[in-house]
Order: sequence, then structure tokens, then C-alpha cells
Amino acid sequence: MEKTALLDLLRQKFPREVKEAFTDLGDEVIIIEQDSLLPVVKFLRGQPHQYGLLLDLTCVDYLGQEPRFEMVYHLYSLTQNKRLRIKTRLSKKELRIASLTELWKNANWLEREVYDLFGINFEGHPDLRRIFMYDGFEGYPLRKDYPLRKRQPRLRLRE
Amino acid sequence: MPTRIQSQARPDTLLLNMGPSHPAMHGTIRIMLELDGERILNSEVEVGYLHRGFEKTCEHRTYFNLLPYTDRLNYVSPLINNLGYVMTMEKLLGLEVPERAQFIRVIMSELSRISDHLTCLAAMAMECGAFTVFLYKMKAREFIWDVIEQTTGARMTTSYIRIGGVRADLHPNFDTVLKKAIEETRRVLKDVRGLLDKNKIFLNRTRDVATVSAEEAVAFGWTGPCLRSAGVYYDVRKAHPYLVYDRLNFEVPLGERGDNFDRYMVRMKEMEQSLRIVEQAAVRLPRTAGAVIADGIEPAEAIKDSRKKRVRRPIKLSPNLEGSEKNICSGILAEGTGYVVPPKEDTYTTIEGLIKHFKFFMRGQGIRPPRGEVYFSVEGGNGELGYYIVSDGSDQPYRLHLRAPCFHIVSALEFLIKGRYVADVIPTFGSMNMIGGELDR
Amino acid sequence: MPEAKTKQPPAQFITTQFNHILGWARKFSLFHYPFVTACCGMEYMSAACAHFDIDRFGAGWTRFSPRQSDMLLVVGTVTQKLAPVLRIVYDQMTEPNWVIAFGTCAVSGGIYDNYAVVQGIDAIIPVDVYIPGCPPRPESVLDGLLKLQEKIQHQDQEWRWKRRRY
Repeated sequence: MEKTALLDLLRQKFPREVKEAFTDLGDEVIIIEQDSLLPVVKFLRGQPHQYGLLLDLTCVDYLGQEPRFEMVYHLYSLTQNKRLRIKTRLSKKELRIASLTELWKNANWLEREVYDLFGINFEGHPDLRRIFMYDGFEGYPLRKDYPLRKRQPRLRLRE
Repeated sequence: MPTRIQSQARPDTLLLNMGPSHPAMHGTIRIMLELDGERILNSEVEVGYLHRGFEKTCEHRTYFNLLPYTDRLNYVSPLINNLGYVMTMEKLLGLEVPERAQFIRVIMSELSRISDHLTCLAAMAMECGAFTVFLYKMKAREFIWDVIEQTTGARMTTSYIRIGGVRADLHPNFDTVLKKAIEETRRVLKDVRGLLDKNKIFLNRTRDVATVSAEEAVAFGWTGPCLRSAGVYYDVRKAHPYLVYDRLNFEVPLGERGDNFDRYMVRMKEMEQSLRIVEQAAVRLPRTAGAVIADGIEPAEAIKDSRKKRVRRPIKLSPNLEGSEKNICSGILAEGTGYVVPPKEDTYTTIEGLIKHFKFFMRGQGIRPPRGEVYFSVEGGNGELGYYIVSDGSDQPYRLHLRAPCFHIVSALEFLIKGRYVADVIPTFGSMNMIGGELDR
Repeated sequence: MPEAKTKQPPAQFITTQFNHILGWARKFSLFHYPFVTACCGMEYMSAACAHFDIDRFGAGWTRFSPRQSDMLLVVGTVTQKLAPVLRIVYDQMTEPNWVIAFGTCAVSGGIYDNYAVVQGIDAIIPVDVYIPGCPPRPESVLDGLLKLQEKIQHQDQEWRWKRRRY
């Protein structure tokens, strides 16, 4: 089937890097190694697949599992109308991954958001600082061990 | 702590702060400009002033409970956010929605889209000085909100589209009110086109200002009307048709140059196409299977009767629940599955209904999708609105992430206004349709 | 006239009437500053436009500067990041001024009880009228405005000669 042709091709071309490739509820998913993000993504971006649109970049915190964090990327190909999900696991000791800012410009803000909310370092990012929370906020709110209601007010609040 | 622009600015330039509290009524965003006279050398955009912790809050609510939170994301088109979340859940659960509910969802989401574009262009025109356009469009929006209010019960934050269907059926007077709304919107659009399309001042402010080429737009991750104004044909309703969009005739307008005027034009044309969709869907709506029963027995009497034997006659519900009677339910909700609220007649008069109701709402029970993750997107007012849900088998989502379309669009603002005048910031920012609830989640 | 006979402070009748007139003038010419953040902004726009008009109550002119306005309309959620900004805007307003908390998020934090949202703006600035609703219907907004006008009419007006005595 045309849908899994891409997955077979990726498994052939990157045998060490691509750990798993499967379809899940109609979406194509590949799981890759932490260090092999850039070569795989550059290959997908070029001809003939042309996954030229970076839809989304996010992170999930699996507290209790090791490695703890999982980065999830969604790519889209305008010419073939297909989506692809790329997942890779990061452990707490090695909380860094290559940045995609030179390939896609919206990766700049997306990676700043993930850094702000989860604390993951992106190597090669030109300007990594907080985007949603303010300077002086300690901690990374979306991690599972940050309590929901822990407030850090900037002003002295009455009552 | 100084911001990036404060530490990098030359000493002979002026730093101007267009602070978080804007007169431009877009919400809260801070744009810091480094000016040389009127020309912008550098700029920095700071967002996050409306970060309300949506994603983290959703991890502590059940799937049914977090529906009102999705309303408040893109608050000018709330039904589309509802729809996106609900369709993602339905993909995860593998639910089939009845056809009448799909048509109703299409009508409601297109009305929301029209109201979104009306608000965006009204604010943009008002800031360029055309106050009349703002008032006219708000008038049209009121008529559309009348339709939405009579069907869903609320003007803005509706929580109408539920997992498995919609909350209540259309009321008997729907066609008249809808016709009035469409007529008024068409009249307003005609008036506004006459006022702005060939207006020299408006053209000078928006033509060839903040031009974006197709490659740049794709590199920035733009989707929706802003991407289509640059000439790239990508609309989720056509590329991955959901609901009944593949059965309706509509076109997707494209722009040529990707400047402000094209973004304005694409939105105006999209509104006309949305009106077309609404008219077609309202005509092709499948008839409801059950009839609206005018008389029935009173609820108190039914409850009293149910203690002795099962009540088989139709029951007259309170006006708040009108349109969700049991005989109409099968047309608008995926009944029988454990994922929808059972009808009130059953809940109050039979024991099975009561147990189903209890099990739906009890903590730890209710909607518990299988383990896994899913991504689904719909065409929002600004572009591709995607939801990414990770489920661990319990009744609360493990992670819910929103792909906000205007996050990517606003990330290009610094690039777009570089080298232009201060006065160009206003129509550029207005044509991007930044919605704070979606941008900052 | 009682004023001429005694050396006591001026007769209460004159000051009360003056209070009354000043209250009448102030309540029917409110210039508001809309501090709009979130979804309630849409209902604010509806309330300010042609269908439900706040102009007929005298509060029509939006002054986009806190120094030129005497009513601060805090519309929508105020986050911890935005709280100092709200304080600065309020401090810039001149006396007399009034504050309306518009929407449940401004009144008490609304449905957002988490790390990022201030639970009600009365933790930052003093509030005169609270308008609940998520979002409040424009009729509620007009009702809140009428309550504020009543409050202004009956409150003890501050004016310059009175202040100098302290």
C-alpha cells in the first residue's frame, strides 16, 4: 500500500536510527533515536517526499518511566497530503536535542515553548528563553511533578 | 531583566513599547519596537500574557468536563474548537456520529467561522479608521449569535458539540432565524465591500504591505487564510474532508501576493463561501427520525408513575432541555454507546437509565478511551486547529496539546514588520487575527 | 440663611446638594478604559456597539489612555504575568476613579484555578462593581453599569475644597 511505502523506505535507509515504524489509527508514526533527528528530518524534507510544513512540536512527560520525556513532531507534506508523526525519547540526564530552527522558522517559538514548559534544551537554538511564563518563574509548569496550583506571584497580592 | 531588544539596541534609536494593554482590542501582546524616526529597525514580540494553563488543567479534568475549556481557546469561533476536540476523541474511540448531527455540526461551525472573520476584519478596519465597518459587522454578528443562541443556549461559549453528536436538536423556528441572519450578513458584506474594496486610503495602508511569499509562508508554518492569501492551496476541509464537507459544493479562495489586502480579501470571500455551505447544509439536513411531541405528561407525574410500572408515554421536559427529548436523541447523538449522557426521561423513570447516568458521571468511570494517542485537525478560523491527545486508559487525559494556528502566524510578525513604518504594524497585526486564548492557551 | 448666621462649617444642605449635582454629572459622563484580555472582550464589544448600547448611559466614549479615563473596566482573565501591568495602569488613573470587574475571571479567577491566573483582581486593585458571567450577557453589563451609576450618585464626592481641610 502506498501508505506504508514510506515507512519501509525509511526503515531501509536508516536501519540504525529508526527504531520502529507503524501506523496507528490511520496516522504514520516513526520512533527514532535522540541523535538522529536532523538527518531523518532533512531526508524527509527533500525530494520526493517534501514534508515541508512543520505542523507541531511538543513533549510528553511520562513520569515514572525511564527515559522520561518524549518529543513528538508532526510533519505535513503539501504535495502528497500526508502527515507523519516522529517520536523520540529523552532521559532526564540527557535533556537536550537538536534544534530545527535552520530548517523551519516556526520551530523557533515552538522550541521556546517546550523549553519554557518542560525544560528541554535545544542545541543550536539562537535565542532560547521563556515565552509564556515570566522571568523569575522557577520550575517547569507542565512537568508532572509541578503541582497545578503552585503560584509564584509577581506582585504582593492582598487577601 | 532587560529583554533581548533592550540589550541589543543601538544607543541612538528610540525604544517604543506597544504594551500588553492594547487599544487595538486584540487582547494582550507586547510589541517592542526599535525605531529610527518612524522606521522600524528591529522588533520583539512578547506573548504569554494570557497563558491560562489550559493544557495542565485539562490533565486534571475528565474528558467530558474539559469541554468548556475548549470553548475559551479561540473565543470568536468557539464551536470550531469544540468540534476539533470532539472529533479527536471520536477518532480515538472509533465512534460513528449520526448524519443529522454531522450536518448540524457543519452549519454551526460555518456560522462560527463567519463570526470569526467578521470580528477580525471589523477590528482591523476600525484600527485603520473605518469605524462604520466595525459597527456594521458587529450588527451582522449579532444576528448570527441570535441563531447560535436559540439553538445552543449561549451566545459565545456554548459547549454544544459533544462527544457522539450535538447536545440538542434544532428548534422548530430555526429556518426563519437562519434566513434572517444570512440575509443580514449578505447585506453587510455588500456594504463593506463598497466601503473598503476600492477605498484609496485603505488600499494605501494594506496593498503591498507585509508581503509574504509562498515559500516563506510554508517555512513559517502558516495555515489557513493567511497561507491561502500567499497562493498555497491548503484547506483541511478539502485535503482531509471530515464531517460531510465532501458532499457540499464550495470553493477555497486564494490570494496572489500575500499582503494585507489579500488577507482581507481572502477572508471576505471565505465568508461568502461559508454562507453558501450553510444554505446547502440547511436544505440537505436529513429529517429527524422522531417528531417533536407537543404534549406529553408532566415530569412529576411521570416520576410518580414510574414507581409502579415503566412509563411508556412521551414526557414533556422542561424548556431548558427542549430538543433533547428521547425520540429526537437517536438523530443527534450516538446512543447506546457508553460515551453519551442518557436521555433525561430514562434517567428519572427507569433504573437502567439511572445507572447509566451514574456510571457516566462518576469519577473513575465514564469515558475511558483505550491507551494510545491521536492527532486530528479541523479547519479553524485561523488555520489548522489540531489536537494531540495521549490517553493512558483512565478517565482523564494524560496529555492534551493544542496545535494553535495563530501561534505560528504571530511568530512571523517580527519578520514582517522589519523595515516598515509604525503605522504599518496595525493593519498587519490586525490581518493576522491573533486570538489571545489560542495563542497562549 | 443658616450659612450667614453661624460660624460652623457650611450648611449641610448646600454641600449635600452640591454632592448630588456632582454625582449626577459624574455618573452620566463616564469615560472608560477597557483593559481587555480575553473572551469577555467579545461581549464588551457587543455591549458597546449598536445593539446593546452603553452610549445611551453616558459611558460611550472609550478613552484609550488611563490618564484620560475615570472608569477602569477589567475585562477577562488577569494572569500573574499581567498583574504588574494592571497595577501600573490603575496607578496612572486620576481621582476619582472606579473599577468594574467584568466577567468571572476578573471577579474570582473563573474556571482557571492554577499556577498562572490571579484569583480575582481585588487582590491587586480595589473594585467597585463585580459583573459575573462567563461571559456576562450585555444586559448584565448594562445592569452593572447602572449599579455603578447608583453608587456614584450616592457616594461622598471628593472635591478640591473638601480635601484641603485635611
